[in-house]
Amino acid sequence: MHTVKELREKYIAGELTPSGVVAEALDNIKKLNPEINAYLHIYDDAVEAAKEADALYKEKGADTPSLLGVPVAVKNNILIKGKKATGASKILENYTAVYDATIIEKLRAEGAIFVGSTNLDEFAMGGSTENSAFGITKNPVDPERVPGGSSGGSAAAVAMGSVPVAIGTDTGGSVRQPASYCGVVGYKPTYGAVSRYGLMAMGSSLDQAGPLTNTVADAEMVHNIMSGLDKMDGTTIADDTYPKLETKDKYTFGVPKDFLKEGVDEDVLSAFNAHVESLKAAGHEVVEVELPLFEKGLAAYYIVMPAEVSSNLARYDGIRYGLSAEGDDLLDVYEQSRAEGFGPEVKRRILLGTHVLSSGYYDAYYGKAELARKKMREELAEVFAGVDFIITPTAPTPAFKIGENEDPLSIYKQDIFTVPVNLTGVPAISFPMGTVERDGKELPVGVQYIGPHGGDARLFDVGKAVYDEQK
Amino acid sequence: MLSTMKKEDIEHLASLARIKLTEEEKEGLVGDLSSIVSYVSEVSEIASDDIDSQPQVGPRFNVFRADEVTNEADEYTQDVLNEMPDTDGRFMKVKKILKAE
Repeated sequence: MHTVKELREKYIAGELTPSGVVAEALDNIKKLNPEINAYLHIYDDAVEAAKEADALYKEKGADTPSLLGVPVAVKNNILIKGKKATGASKILENYTAVYDATIIEKLRAEGAIFVGSTNLDEFAMGGSTENSAFGITKNPVDPERVPGGSSGGSAAAVAMGSVPVAIGTDTGGSVRQPASYCGVVGYKPTYGAVSRYGLMAMGSSLDQAGPLTNTVADAEMVHNIMSGLDKMDGTTIADDTYPKLETKDKYTFGVPKDFLKEGVDEDVLSAFNAHVESLKAAGHEVVEVELPLFEKGLAAYYIVMPAEVSSNLARYDGIRYGLSAEGDDLLDVYEQSRAEGFGPEVKRRILLGTHVLSSGYYDAYYGKAELARKKMREELAEVFAGVDFIITPTAPTPAFKIGENEDPLSIYKQDIFTVPVNLTGVPAISFPMGTVERDGKELPVGVQYIGPHGGDARLFDVGKAVYDEQK
Repeated sequence: MLSTMKKEDIEHLASLARIKLTEEEKEGLVGDLSSIVSYVSEVSEIASDDIDSQPQVGPRFNVFRADEVTNEADEYTQDVLNEMPDTDGRFMKVKKILKAE
């Protein structure tokens, strides 16, 4: 699949047409999806939209919206009016969205063509898509392995070559970790940069939508379209909420050495060290930094996130929309609908959240976790006074085999490097830093660059220099 | 800090969360939640007794708007009604809450 930039140039030059490219995308999906299961729904009406885009290019050429005719896949926890929005949950199996998410409106206004919805862990809870109610997605690089998650369908959709852009959501690493496992680029914006209106809420103080692409330049372009103040989301930020950060020729990178001591796969660590050496060779400065609180971040995350989950998922009650089970009275309808509608991981997190918010435990858990977030932000601000970026592997291991990881706590630990980013609200990008060999297969592994609040433009700048130009 | 869950605790939480659990689910959750809760208790090592500082996630600002209706009457009504499990005209039907003795 071409990059977005290439498609745009070729559409304008008349070397490719949206109809041709969309037909190719749909063919790819129909051929590969029975095996990979990246997509939950395929939108055949994309063909009509492509024809309209063909005509617009003929008429107006370069004077057309910037994504006109570009096929895009969308994680199925993002609302597209008139399309099924399931969150990969049985409780919403037959739910049709009644409005567009703000990011969908923005992509639509720029001419993007939605070709299908992608699979995810139920309500974005998980790191492998094994928690989807509609089947596991397989990793296109090695179908015996998971694509990561929760935006595993989106990462697989890009990796299998069906689309140049897929949209995901990231609450604790759900865009970056699957990007790492599938060998693509994944972006988590500064909290508030992108509207959450029309996203199925998981952890409202953590959730952000971001693109998965083949190049950093494409991720930048799509992010810039999706971002901006939105009157429908009061947490969105203005351009001047955080100080502007200028781009530079040479940057200073901070490596949290202590953070990498335990639990990181040896081969991942060597790939990471090689990446660090390449940064030095390119003239960047690399220093060691200390982030002792970040190592504890995961504990805070597994309090804050389930607490918000338990509140947000109270809306699925079997009354107003979605699955409704038979019951003797109203309470029974609630309890039966939620019993039948939710999968095991969602139930686990709702109960955990209910526990940490319950009377007598609130101060010990939620209160402490929110304080921990504040201290992590302070620690981070100190470190960013001395460095431009903090870098870590995106995940401690390459993609694991389907069914291999069953203990919830050990799956949670895959998020060790990504959750501090959501807890503190800073932006981060993951792109491939190399491969590691497993069973004769070369599996991609990603590196994560973390920037300070509002450092989105600078992350794209360094990503283009380090990744796109070396590709 | 409580870090070991008993079956009764799980049943209490399930009733608060309005989820009916099977016996098998309850047994699995006793183990899962016990280990997760004892793990997350580590959070007290970061923010022990720091009661002076107030938690704050991001920049705080008020967002005001005029108290006006911004959509057309009935713009979404039919679409929303279509998603309801049980309706009667423009009404949503629900099970009775009070039982007649």
